[in-house]
Amino acid sequence: MKAFTFERAKTASAAAAAAVRTPGAKFIAGGTNLLDLMKLQIETPQHLIDVNGLDLDTIAPTSDGGLRIGALVRNTDLAADARVRKDYGVLSRALVSGASGQLRNKATTAGNLLQRTRCPYFYDTTKPCNKRQPGSGCAAIGGFNRNLAVMGTSDACIATHPSDMAVAMRVLDATVETVNSAGQTRAIPIADFHRLPGTTPHIETALAPGELITAVTLPKPIGGTHIYQKVRDRASYAFALVSVAAVVQPDGRGRLAFGGLAHKPWRVEAAEAQLPKGAKATAAAVLAGARTTSQNAFKLPLIERTIHAVLEEAKA
Amino acid sequence: MNSNDGFPVSRRGVIAGGVATATLTGTPVGAQVAAPQQTPPTTMPVTLKVNGRNTLIEVDTRTTLLDALRETMKLTGTKKGCDHGQCGACTVIVEGRRINSCLTLAVMHEGDSITTIEGLGTPEKLHAMQAAFVKHDGYQCGYCTPGQICSAVATLNEIKEGIPSHATGDIAAKPKVTTAELQERMSGNICRCGAYSNIIDAIHDVAGTERMA
Repeated sequence: MKAFTFERAKTASAAAAAAVRTPGAKFIAGGTNLLDLMKLQIETPQHLIDVNGLDLDTIAPTSDGGLRIGALVRNTDLAADARVRKDYGVLSRALVSGASGQLRNKATTAGNLLQRTRCPYFYDTTKPCNKRQPGSGCAAIGGFNRNLAVMGTSDACIATHPSDMAVAMRVLDATVETVNSAGQTRAIPIADFHRLPGTTPHIETALAPGELITAVTLPKPIGGTHIYQKVRDRASYAFALVSVAAVVQPDGRGRLAFGGLAHKPWRVEAAEAQLPKGAKATAAAVLAGARTTSQNAFKLPLIERTIHAVLEEAKA
Repeated sequence: MNSNDGFPVSRRGVIAGGVATATLTGTPVGAQVAAPQQTPPTTMPVTLKVNGRNTLIEVDTRTTLLDALRETMKLTGTKKGCDHGQCGACTVIVEGRRINSCLTLAVMHEGDSITTIEGLGTPEKLHAMQAAFVKHDGYQCGYCTPGQICSAVATLNEIKEGIPSHATGDIAAKPKVTTAELQERMSGNICRCGAYSNIIDAIHDVAGTERMA
Protein backbone atom coordinates (compact mmCIF):
# COMPACT_ATOMS: atom_id res chain seq x y z
CA MET A 1 0.00 0.00 0.00
CA LYS A 2 1.25 3.52 -0.80
CA ALA A 3 1.56 5.93 2.14
CA PHE A 4 -1.32 8.32 2.75
CA THR A 5 -2.46 10.88 5.27
CA PHE A 6 -5.71 10.36 7.13
CA GLU A 7 -8.41 12.56 8.61
CA ARG A 8 -11.77 11.99 10.24
CA ALA A 9 -14.53 14.16 8.75
CA LYS A 10 -16.95 15.98 11.06
CA THR A 11 -19.71 16.94 8.59
CA ALA A 12 -20.70 15.76 5.12
CA SER A 13 -20.01 19.10 3.43
CA ALA A 14 -16.67 19.43 5.28
CA ALA A 15 -15.77 15.97 3.98
CA ALA A 16 -16.66 17.04 0.43
CA ALA A 17 -14.64 20.26 0.84
CA ALA A 18 -11.61 18.32 2.12
CA ALA A 19 -11.87 15.98 -0.87
CA VAL A 20 -11.78 18.90 -3.32
CA ARG A 21 -9.00 20.71 -1.41
CA THR A 22 -6.63 17.74 -0.98
CA PRO A 23 -4.90 16.26 -4.04
CA GLY A 24 -5.44 12.51 -4.46
CA ALA A 25 -8.05 12.35 -1.70
CA LYS A 26 -10.67 9.63 -1.37
CA PHE A 27 -13.51 8.99 1.06
CA ILE A 28 -13.40 5.79 3.08
CA ALA A 29 -16.43 4.24 4.79
CA GLY A 30 -16.56 0.42 5.02
CA GLY A 31 -13.33 0.20 3.07
CA THR A 32 -13.86 -3.45 2.10
CA ASN A 33 -13.33 -2.74 -1.61
CA LEU A 34 -11.09 0.35 -1.45
CA LEU A 35 -8.50 -1.17 0.92
CA ASP A 36 -8.36 -4.34 -1.17
CA LEU A 37 -7.61 -2.20 -4.25
CA MET A 38 -5.08 -0.12 -2.31
CA LYS A 39 -3.17 -3.25 -1.30
CA LEU A 40 -2.89 -4.11 -4.99
CA GLN A 41 -1.98 -0.48 -5.82
CA ILE A 42 -4.92 -0.26 -8.21
CA GLU A 43 -6.11 2.62 -6.02
CA THR A 44 -3.33 4.86 -4.66
CA PRO A 45 -4.96 7.72 -2.73
CA GLN A 46 -2.59 10.18 -1.05
CA HIS A 47 -5.19 11.14 1.53
CA LEU A 48 -8.13 9.30 3.07
CA ILE A 49 -11.16 11.06 4.51
CA ASP A 50 -12.85 8.75 7.00
CA VAL A 51 -16.59 9.49 6.83
CA ASN A 52 -17.63 6.85 9.38
CA GLY A 53 -18.22 9.49 12.05
CA LEU A 54 -20.87 11.32 10.00
CA ASP A 55 -24.45 11.07 11.13
CA LEU A 56 -25.59 9.15 8.06
CA ASP A 57 -26.36 5.73 9.49
CA THR A 58 -30.12 5.76 10.00
CA ILE A 59 -33.12 4.63 7.97
CA ALA A 60 -36.09 6.99 8.21
CA PRO A 61 -39.48 7.35 6.53
CA THR A 62 -39.81 10.09 3.88
CA SER A 63 -42.74 12.49 3.64
CA ASP A 64 -44.09 10.69 0.54
CA GLY A 65 -44.25 7.27 2.18
CA GLY A 66 -40.85 5.98 1.13
CA LEU A 67 -37.61 5.33 3.02
CA ARG A 68 -34.44 7.38 3.27
CA ILE A 69 -31.42 5.13 3.81
CA GLY A 70 -28.34 6.90 5.18
CA ALA A 71 -25.18 6.43 3.13
CA LEU A 72 -23.43 4.73 6.05
CA VAL A 73 -26.16 2.17 6.82
CA ARG A 74 -24.34 -1.16 6.75
CA ASN A 75 -25.52 -3.81 4.29
CA THR A 76 -26.45 -6.11 7.21
CA ASP A 77 -28.59 -3.43 8.88
CA LEU A 78 -30.32 -2.50 5.64
CA ALA A 79 -31.12 -6.15 4.86
CA ALA A 80 -32.40 -6.67 8.42
CA ASP A 81 -34.59 -3.54 8.65
CA ALA A 82 -38.19 -4.63 9.27
CA ARG A 83 -39.61 -2.02 6.86
CA VAL A 84 -37.24 -3.11 4.08
CA ARG A 85 -38.04 -6.80 4.64
CA LYS A 86 -41.77 -6.10 4.56
CA ASP A 87 -42.11 -3.55 1.74
CA TYR A 88 -38.89 -3.82 -0.29
CA GLY A 89 -38.12 -7.54 -0.01
CA VAL A 90 -36.18 -7.56 -3.28
CA LEU A 91 -33.61 -5.23 -1.68
CA SER A 92 -33.21 -7.37 1.42
CA ARG A 93 -32.90 -10.50 -0.75
CA ALA A 94 -30.32 -8.88 -3.03
CA LEU A 95 -28.21 -7.74 -0.06
CA VAL A 96 -28.08 -11.14 1.63
CA SER A 97 -27.15 -12.82 -1.66
CA GLY A 98 -23.99 -10.72 -1.84
CA ALA A 99 -20.57 -11.10 -0.22
CA SER A 100 -20.17 -12.76 3.21
CA GLY A 101 -21.55 -12.02 6.67
CA GLN A 102 -18.29 -10.32 7.64
CA LEU A 103 -18.28 -8.06 4.58
CA ARG A 104 -21.96 -7.14 4.87
CA ASN A 105 -21.32 -6.05 8.46
CA LYS A 106 -18.79 -3.48 7.23
CA ALA A 107 -19.91 -2.52 3.71
CA THR A 108 -22.12 0.56 3.46
CA THR A 109 -25.04 1.52 1.23
CA ALA A 110 -23.08 4.22 -0.62
CA GLY A 111 -19.91 2.15 -0.81
CA ASN A 112 -21.83 -0.74 -2.31
CA LEU A 113 -22.99 1.53 -5.16
CA LEU A 114 -19.41 2.75 -5.69
CA GLN A 115 -17.62 -0.60 -5.63
CA ARG A 116 -15.41 -1.30 -8.63
CA THR A 117 -15.71 -4.11 -11.15
CA ARG A 118 -14.23 -7.55 -10.44
CA CYS A 119 -13.05 -7.91 -14.06
CA PRO A 120 -9.83 -9.99 -13.71
CA TYR A 121 -7.91 -7.61 -15.97
CA PHE A 122 -8.83 -4.59 -13.84
CA TYR A 123 -7.16 -6.46 -10.97
CA ASP A 124 -4.12 -7.64 -12.95
CA THR A 125 -1.74 -4.67 -13.03
CA THR A 126 0.49 -6.40 -15.58
CA LYS A 127 -2.27 -6.23 -18.22
CA PRO A 128 -3.82 -3.32 -20.11
CA CYS A 129 -7.11 -2.00 -18.73
CA ASN A 130 -8.79 1.21 -19.88
CA LYS A 131 -10.61 1.48 -16.58
CA ARG A 132 -7.47 1.22 -14.46
CA GLN A 133 -5.17 3.05 -16.88
CA PRO A 134 -7.11 5.08 -19.46
CA GLY A 135 -5.89 4.52 -23.02
CA SER A 136 -3.93 1.35 -22.24
CA GLY A 137 -6.40 -0.98 -23.98
CA CYS A 138 -8.69 -3.79 -22.86
CA ALA A 139 -7.22 -7.21 -22.21
CA ALA A 140 -10.66 -8.64 -21.43
CA ILE A 141 -11.88 -8.31 -25.03
CA GLY A 142 -10.29 -11.41 -26.53
CA GLY A 143 -9.17 -12.58 -23.08
CA PHE A 144 -10.86 -14.55 -20.33
CA ASN A 145 -14.28 -12.90 -20.39
CA ARG A 146 -16.76 -15.60 -19.41
CA ASN A 147 -18.25 -13.46 -16.65
CA LEU A 148 -18.13 -10.10 -18.40
CA ALA A 149 -20.78 -7.85 -19.93
CA VAL A 150 -23.05 -8.55 -22.88
CA MET A 151 -25.15 -5.34 -22.84
CA GLY A 152 -24.05 -1.73 -23.26
CA THR A 153 -20.41 -2.64 -23.83
CA SER A 154 -17.90 -0.62 -25.86
CA ASP A 155 -14.66 -1.33 -27.67
CA ALA A 156 -12.90 0.11 -24.63
CA CYS A 157 -14.46 -1.99 -21.84
CA ILE A 158 -16.69 -5.01 -21.22
CA ALA A 159 -16.58 -4.92 -17.40
CA THR A 160 -19.70 -5.57 -15.30
CA HIS A 161 -20.88 -3.75 -12.20
CA PRO A 162 -20.59 -6.33 -9.41
CA SER A 163 -23.29 -5.12 -7.00
CA ASP A 164 -26.44 -7.07 -6.15
CA MET A 165 -27.85 -4.25 -4.01
CA ALA A 166 -27.68 -1.77 -6.89
CA VAL A 167 -29.78 -4.08 -9.10
CA ALA A 168 -32.54 -4.08 -6.49
CA MET A 169 -32.21 -0.28 -6.09
CA ARG A 170 -32.68 0.01 -9.86
CA VAL A 171 -35.86 -2.09 -9.91
CA LEU A 172 -37.20 0.01 -7.02
CA ASP A 173 -36.39 3.33 -8.79
CA ALA A 174 -34.21 4.57 -5.94
CA THR A 175 -32.65 8.05 -5.87
CA VAL A 176 -29.08 8.86 -4.79
CA GLU A 177 -28.73 12.02 -2.68
CA THR A 178 -25.41 13.86 -2.59
CA VAL A 179 -23.71 16.95 -1.21
CA ASN A 180 -20.79 18.84 -2.73
CA SER A 181 -18.00 20.96 -1.26
CA ALA A 182 -20.19 24.11 -1.43
CA GLY A 183 -22.85 22.33 0.64
CA GLN A 184 -25.22 22.03 -2.36
CA THR A 185 -27.32 18.90 -2.49
CA ARG A 186 -28.76 17.07 -5.46
CA ALA A 187 -30.80 13.93 -6.15
CA ILE A 188 -29.69 11.58 -8.92
CA PRO A 189 -32.10 8.88 -10.18
CA ILE A 190 -30.40 5.49 -9.88
CA ALA A 191 -30.92 4.99 -13.64
CA ASP A 192 -28.57 7.93 -14.28
CA PHE A 193 -26.12 7.25 -11.46
CA HIS A 194 -23.96 4.57 -13.10
CA ARG A 195 -22.58 5.19 -16.59
CA LEU A 196 -21.96 2.92 -19.54
CA PRO A 197 -18.25 2.54 -20.41
CA GLY A 198 -18.19 4.26 -23.82
CA THR A 199 -14.70 5.66 -24.41
CA THR A 200 -14.22 6.62 -20.74
CA PRO A 201 -14.71 3.44 -18.69
CA HIS A 202 -12.68 4.97 -15.82
CA ILE A 203 -15.57 7.41 -15.20
CA GLU A 204 -18.15 5.14 -13.62
CA THR A 205 -20.75 7.38 -12.01
CA ALA A 206 -22.42 10.76 -12.33
CA LEU A 207 -20.64 12.04 -9.22
CA ALA A 208 -18.50 15.17 -9.58
CA PRO A 209 -15.06 15.23 -7.91
CA GLY A 210 -15.51 15.52 -4.15
CA GLU A 211 -19.28 14.95 -4.29
CA LEU A 212 -20.35 12.75 -1.37
CA ILE A 213 -23.35 10.41 -1.26
CA THR A 214 -25.43 11.16 1.83
CA ALA A 215 -28.42 8.84 1.32
CA VAL A 216 -30.36 6.61 -1.03
CA THR A 217 -34.12 7.09 -1.00
CA LEU A 218 -36.77 4.58 -1.98
CA PRO A 219 -40.17 5.71 -3.30
CA LYS A 220 -43.27 4.51 -1.50
CA PRO A 221 -43.81 0.72 -1.64
CA ILE A 222 -45.34 -0.69 -4.84
CA GLY A 223 -46.52 -4.02 -3.42
CA GLY A 224 -46.22 -7.16 -5.55
CA THR A 225 -44.06 -10.23 -5.12
CA HIS A 226 -40.39 -9.39 -4.55
CA ILE A 227 -37.80 -11.81 -5.91
CA TYR A 228 -34.02 -11.67 -6.33
CA GLN A 229 -32.72 -14.62 -8.28
CA LYS A 230 -28.94 -14.85 -8.47
CA VAL A 231 -27.16 -17.46 -10.59
CA ARG A 232 -23.53 -18.09 -9.69
CA ASP A 233 -20.79 -20.70 -9.87
CA ARG A 234 -21.15 -21.69 -6.20
CA ALA A 235 -24.06 -21.56 -3.79
CA SER A 236 -22.74 -18.75 -1.59
CA TYR A 237 -20.14 -15.98 -1.48
CA ALA A 238 -19.70 -15.54 -5.24
CA PHE A 239 -20.46 -12.78 -7.73
CA ALA A 240 -23.39 -13.24 -10.09
CA LEU A 241 -23.10 -14.76 -13.53
CA VAL A 242 -26.50 -13.17 -14.01
CA SER A 243 -29.11 -11.98 -11.55
CA VAL A 244 -32.72 -10.86 -11.85
CA ALA A 245 -34.41 -8.46 -9.43
CA ALA A 246 -38.16 -8.63 -9.90
CA VAL A 247 -41.31 -7.08 -8.53
CA VAL A 248 -44.27 -8.93 -10.06
CA GLN A 249 -47.87 -7.80 -9.53
CA PRO A 250 -50.81 -10.23 -9.20
CA ASP A 251 -52.03 -9.30 -12.73
CA GLY A 252 -48.71 -10.40 -14.24
CA ARG A 253 -47.32 -6.91 -14.82
CA GLY A 254 -44.04 -6.10 -13.19
CA ARG A 255 -40.52 -4.72 -13.22
CA LEU A 256 -37.22 -6.44 -13.87
CA ALA A 257 -33.61 -5.34 -13.42
CA PHE A 258 -30.52 -7.40 -14.15
CA GLY A 259 -27.06 -7.91 -12.70
CA GLY A 260 -24.06 -9.47 -14.40
CA LEU A 261 -25.08 -8.12 -17.82
CA ALA A 262 -23.60 -4.65 -18.02
CA HIS A 263 -21.41 -1.87 -16.65
CA LYS A 264 -24.45 -0.76 -14.63
CA PRO A 265 -27.56 -2.38 -13.22
CA TRP A 266 -29.47 -3.18 -16.41
CA ARG A 267 -33.13 -2.37 -16.89
CA VAL A 268 -35.19 -2.00 -20.05
CA GLU A 269 -38.53 -0.50 -18.99
CA ALA A 270 -40.04 -1.02 -22.49
CA ALA A 271 -39.36 -4.76 -22.24
CA GLU A 272 -41.49 -5.04 -19.11
CA ALA A 273 -44.64 -4.77 -21.27
CA GLN A 274 -43.71 -8.25 -22.57
CA LEU A 275 -43.89 -9.83 -19.10
CA PRO A 276 -47.45 -11.21 -19.45
CA LYS A 277 -46.29 -12.99 -22.66
CA GLY A 278 -43.62 -14.88 -20.72
CA ALA A 279 -39.88 -15.24 -20.39
CA LYS A 280 -39.00 -15.74 -24.06
CA ALA A 281 -40.63 -12.52 -25.26
CA THR A 282 -39.34 -10.58 -22.25
CA ALA A 283 -35.76 -11.82 -22.61
CA ALA A 284 -35.75 -11.04 -26.34
CA ALA A 285 -36.78 -7.44 -25.60
CA VAL A 286 -34.28 -7.05 -22.73
CA LEU A 287 -31.38 -8.49 -24.70
CA ALA A 288 -31.89 -6.63 -28.00
CA GLY A 289 -28.50 -5.36 -29.14
CA ALA A 290 -26.49 -7.81 -27.03
CA ARG A 291 -22.81 -8.18 -27.94
CA THR A 292 -21.39 -11.48 -26.74
CA THR A 293 -18.07 -13.29 -26.88
CA SER A 294 -17.59 -17.02 -27.39
CA GLN A 295 -17.22 -17.36 -23.62
CA ASN A 296 -20.12 -15.27 -22.31
CA ALA A 297 -22.83 -15.96 -24.93
CA PHE A 298 -24.33 -18.42 -22.43
CA LYS A 299 -25.67 -15.44 -20.49
CA LEU A 300 -28.42 -14.84 -23.07
CA PRO A 301 -30.23 -18.19 -22.68
CA LEU A 302 -29.41 -18.09 -18.95
CA ILE A 303 -31.27 -14.78 -18.61
CA GLU A 304 -34.33 -16.19 -20.38
CA ARG A 305 -34.34 -19.22 -18.08
CA THR A 306 -33.81 -17.10 -14.98
CA ILE A 307 -36.72 -14.83 -15.96
CA HIS A 308 -38.79 -18.00 -16.44
CA ALA A 309 -37.81 -19.21 -12.95
CA VAL A 310 -38.71 -15.82 -11.48
CA LEU A 311 -42.14 -15.77 -13.16
CA GLU A 312 -42.83 -19.31 -11.94
CA GLU A 313 -41.83 -18.33 -8.40
CA ALA A 314 -44.09 -15.27 -8.60
CA LYS A 315 -47.07 -17.48 -9.55
CA ALA A 316 -46.37 -19.99 -6.75
CA MET B 1 17.16 -13.00 17.18
CA ASN B 2 16.08 -9.48 17.85
CA SER B 3 15.19 -9.38 21.53
CA ASN B 4 13.07 -6.21 21.45
CA ASP B 5 10.18 -7.55 19.38
CA GLY B 6 8.24 -8.67 22.44
CA PHE B 7 8.29 -12.38 21.60
CA PRO B 8 10.42 -15.07 23.21
CA VAL B 9 12.51 -17.09 20.74
CA SER B 10 10.04 -18.93 18.56
CA ARG B 11 9.74 -20.69 15.24
CA ARG B 12 8.67 -17.33 13.82
CA GLY B 13 11.89 -15.65 15.04
CA VAL B 14 14.14 -18.41 13.79
CA ILE B 15 12.55 -18.28 10.33
CA ALA B 16 12.71 -14.48 10.17
CA GLY B 17 16.35 -14.53 11.30
CA GLY B 18 17.21 -17.07 8.65
CA VAL B 19 15.74 -14.91 5.92
CA ALA B 20 17.63 -11.84 7.14
CA THR B 21 20.91 -13.78 7.03
CA ALA B 22 20.28 -14.91 3.48
CA THR B 23 19.57 -11.33 2.42
CA LEU B 24 22.79 -10.04 3.98
CA THR B 25 24.84 -12.72 2.27
CA GLY B 26 23.37 -11.75 -1.09
CA THR B 27 24.30 -8.05 -0.80
CA PRO B 28 27.85 -7.09 -1.85
CA VAL B 29 29.65 -5.20 0.88
CA GLY B 30 29.60 -1.46 0.27
CA ALA B 31 26.98 -1.70 -2.50
CA GLN B 32 25.07 1.53 -2.99
CA VAL B 33 21.35 0.89 -2.95
CA ALA B 34 19.40 3.83 -4.35
CA ALA B 35 16.60 4.72 -1.96
CA PRO B 36 13.33 5.04 -3.87
CA GLN B 37 11.55 8.40 -3.63
CA GLN B 38 8.85 7.83 -1.05
CA THR B 39 6.43 9.83 1.00
CA PRO B 40 7.58 9.60 4.61
CA PRO B 41 5.46 7.19 6.62
CA THR B 42 2.48 8.83 8.27
CA THR B 43 1.73 7.61 11.75
CA MET B 44 -1.23 8.28 14.03
CA PRO B 45 -2.17 7.35 17.58
CA VAL B 46 -5.28 5.22 18.03
CA THR B 47 -6.90 3.72 21.12
CA LEU B 48 -8.44 0.29 20.69
CA LYS B 49 -10.38 -1.50 23.41
CA VAL B 50 -9.13 -5.01 22.76
CA ASN B 51 -10.58 -7.83 24.84
CA GLY B 52 -11.76 -5.32 27.44
CA ARG B 53 -8.48 -3.39 27.77
CA ASN B 54 -7.94 0.09 26.35
CA THR B 55 -4.66 0.16 24.49
CA LEU B 56 -3.08 3.23 22.91
CA ILE B 57 -0.89 2.41 19.94
CA GLU B 58 0.92 4.53 17.36
CA VAL B 59 0.60 3.05 13.87
CA ASP B 60 1.36 3.85 10.25
CA THR B 61 -1.96 4.92 8.71
CA ARG B 62 -1.68 1.93 6.35
CA THR B 63 -1.77 -0.57 9.22
CA THR B 64 -4.80 -2.84 8.98
CA LEU B 65 -6.62 -3.78 12.15
CA LEU B 66 -5.25 -7.29 11.57
CA ASP B 67 -1.63 -6.11 11.50
CA ALA B 68 -2.20 -3.85 14.51
CA LEU B 69 -3.50 -6.84 16.49
CA ARG B 70 -0.79 -9.24 15.36
CA GLU B 71 2.30 -7.10 14.87
CA THR B 72 1.79 -4.15 17.21
CA MET B 73 -0.19 -5.77 20.04
CA LYS B 74 1.29 -9.26 19.60
CA LEU B 75 -2.14 -10.91 19.64
CA THR B 76 -1.25 -13.55 17.08
CA GLY B 77 -4.32 -15.72 17.63
CA THR B 78 -6.00 -13.83 14.77
CA LYS B 79 -4.59 -15.20 11.54
CA LYS B 80 -3.64 -13.68 8.20
CA GLY B 81 -4.79 -15.91 5.36
CA CYS B 82 -5.45 -14.18 2.05
CA ASP B 83 -5.26 -10.57 3.36
CA HIS B 84 -8.03 -9.69 0.85
CA GLY B 85 -11.25 -10.52 2.71
CA GLN B 86 -11.79 -13.77 0.89
CA CYS B 87 -10.87 -16.43 3.45
CA GLY B 88 -12.15 -15.21 6.84
CA ALA B 89 -9.07 -16.32 8.84
CA CYS B 90 -8.74 -12.76 10.19
CA THR B 91 -12.34 -12.56 11.50
CA VAL B 92 -12.68 -10.62 14.77
CA ILE B 93 -15.71 -9.12 16.51
CA VAL B 94 -15.81 -5.30 16.46
CA GLU B 95 -18.58 -3.48 18.34
CA GLY B 96 -20.48 -6.78 18.47
CA ARG B 97 -20.21 -7.56 14.76
CA ARG B 98 -17.81 -9.94 13.01
CA ILE B 99 -15.65 -8.33 10.33
CA ASN B 100 -12.56 -9.13 8.26
CA SER B 101 -9.80 -7.37 10.20
CA CYS B 102 -7.59 -7.40 7.08
CA LEU B 103 -9.97 -5.07 5.21
CA THR B 104 -10.13 -2.24 7.71
CA LEU B 105 -7.54 0.22 8.99
CA ALA B 106 -6.62 0.39 12.67
CA VAL B 107 -7.07 4.19 12.57
CA MET B 108 -10.72 3.70 11.54
CA HIS B 109 -11.44 2.09 14.92
CA GLU B 110 -10.70 4.79 17.50
CA GLY B 111 -12.37 3.73 20.76
CA ASP B 112 -13.94 0.57 19.29
CA SER B 113 -14.40 -2.61 21.36
CA ILE B 114 -12.67 -5.51 19.67
CA THR B 115 -12.89 -9.17 20.68
CA THR B 116 -10.28 -11.56 19.33
CA ILE B 117 -9.95 -15.29 19.93
CA GLU B 118 -7.76 -14.43 22.96
CA GLY B 119 -10.70 -12.54 24.45
CA LEU B 120 -13.28 -15.29 23.95
CA GLY B 121 -11.63 -17.88 26.18
CA THR B 122 -8.36 -19.12 27.63
CA PRO B 123 -6.79 -22.60 27.59
CA GLU B 124 -7.99 -23.00 31.19
CA LYS B 125 -11.46 -21.63 30.60
CA LEU B 126 -12.57 -22.24 27.02
CA HIS B 127 -15.48 -20.38 25.48
CA ALA B 128 -18.38 -22.77 24.79
CA MET B 129 -17.67 -22.50 21.05
CA GLN B 130 -14.00 -23.35 21.55
CA ALA B 131 -14.95 -26.37 23.65
CA ALA B 132 -17.45 -27.47 21.01
CA PHE B 133 -14.83 -27.21 18.25
CA VAL B 134 -12.56 -29.49 20.34
CA LYS B 135 -15.40 -31.92 21.07
CA HIS B 136 -16.52 -32.17 17.43
CA ASP B 137 -13.03 -32.04 15.90
CA GLY B 138 -13.90 -28.84 14.03
CA TYR B 139 -10.43 -28.36 12.58
CA GLN B 140 -7.42 -30.18 11.25
CA CYS B 141 -4.43 -27.85 10.81
CA GLY B 142 -6.09 -25.17 12.96
CA TYR B 143 -5.06 -22.13 10.96
CA CYS B 144 -8.59 -20.99 10.08
CA THR B 145 -9.95 -21.95 13.51
CA PRO B 146 -9.72 -18.61 15.39
CA GLY B 147 -11.58 -16.93 12.53
CA GLN B 148 -14.10 -19.79 12.34
CA ILE B 149 -14.79 -19.56 16.08
CA CYS B 150 -15.17 -15.75 16.13
CA SER B 151 -17.42 -16.02 13.09
CA ALA B 152 -19.48 -18.83 14.64
CA VAL B 153 -20.03 -16.92 17.90
CA ALA B 154 -21.13 -13.84 15.96
CA THR B 155 -23.29 -15.92 13.61
CA LEU B 156 -25.41 -17.25 16.47
CA ASN B 157 -25.82 -13.68 17.75
CA GLU B 158 -26.88 -12.51 14.29
CA ILE B 159 -29.57 -15.20 14.12
CA LYS B 160 -30.69 -14.24 17.65
CA GLU B 161 -30.91 -10.59 16.55
CA GLY B 162 -33.15 -11.66 13.66
CA ILE B 163 -30.76 -10.72 10.86
CA PRO B 164 -31.84 -12.62 7.71
CA SER B 165 -29.58 -14.56 5.36
CA HIS B 166 -29.75 -15.92 1.82
CA ALA B 167 -30.93 -19.22 3.35
CA THR B 168 -33.87 -17.61 5.17
CA GLY B 169 -37.07 -18.87 3.50
CA ASP B 170 -39.40 -16.04 4.48
CA ILE B 171 -37.27 -12.90 4.46
CA ALA B 172 -39.73 -11.08 6.75
CA ALA B 173 -39.77 -13.87 9.37
CA LYS B 174 -37.35 -14.40 12.24
CA PRO B 175 -34.56 -16.77 11.14
CA LYS B 176 -33.91 -20.07 12.97
CA VAL B 177 -30.72 -21.99 13.65
CA THR B 178 -30.86 -24.58 10.85
CA THR B 179 -28.02 -26.38 9.10
CA ALA B 180 -28.75 -24.48 5.88
CA GLU B 181 -28.63 -21.16 7.76
CA LEU B 182 -25.31 -22.02 9.41
CA GLN B 183 -23.75 -23.21 6.16
CA GLU B 184 -24.80 -20.03 4.37
CA ARG B 185 -23.77 -17.69 7.18
CA MET B 186 -20.35 -19.33 7.61
CA SER B 187 -19.50 -19.17 3.87
CA GLY B 188 -17.05 -16.31 4.47
CA ASN B 189 -14.76 -18.64 6.42
CA ILE B 190 -12.77 -21.02 4.24
CA CYS B 191 -11.28 -24.22 5.70
CA ARG B 192 -8.68 -25.72 3.39
CA CYS B 193 -8.66 -28.96 5.41
CA GLY B 194 -12.40 -29.31 4.88
CA ALA B 195 -13.61 -29.51 8.49
CA TYR B 196 -16.90 -27.84 7.52
CA SER B 197 -19.17 -30.68 8.56
CA ASN B 198 -17.69 -30.86 12.06
CA ILE B 199 -17.73 -27.07 12.37
CA ILE B 200 -21.48 -27.10 11.68
CA ASP B 201 -21.89 -29.84 14.33
CA ALA B 202 -19.97 -27.71 16.85
CA ILE B 203 -22.15 -24.65 16.19
CA HIS B 204 -25.34 -26.72 16.46
CA ASP B 205 -24.06 -28.06 19.77
CA VAL B 206 -23.58 -24.56 21.20
CA ALA B 207 -26.96 -23.42 19.87
CA GLY B 208 -28.66 -26.52 21.30
CA THR B 209 -30.06 -27.42 17.90
CA GLU B 210 -29.88 -30.54 15.75
CA ARG B 211 -28.25 -31.01 12.36
CA MET B 212 -30.76 -31.28 9.54
CA ALA B 213 -30.24 -32.81 6.10
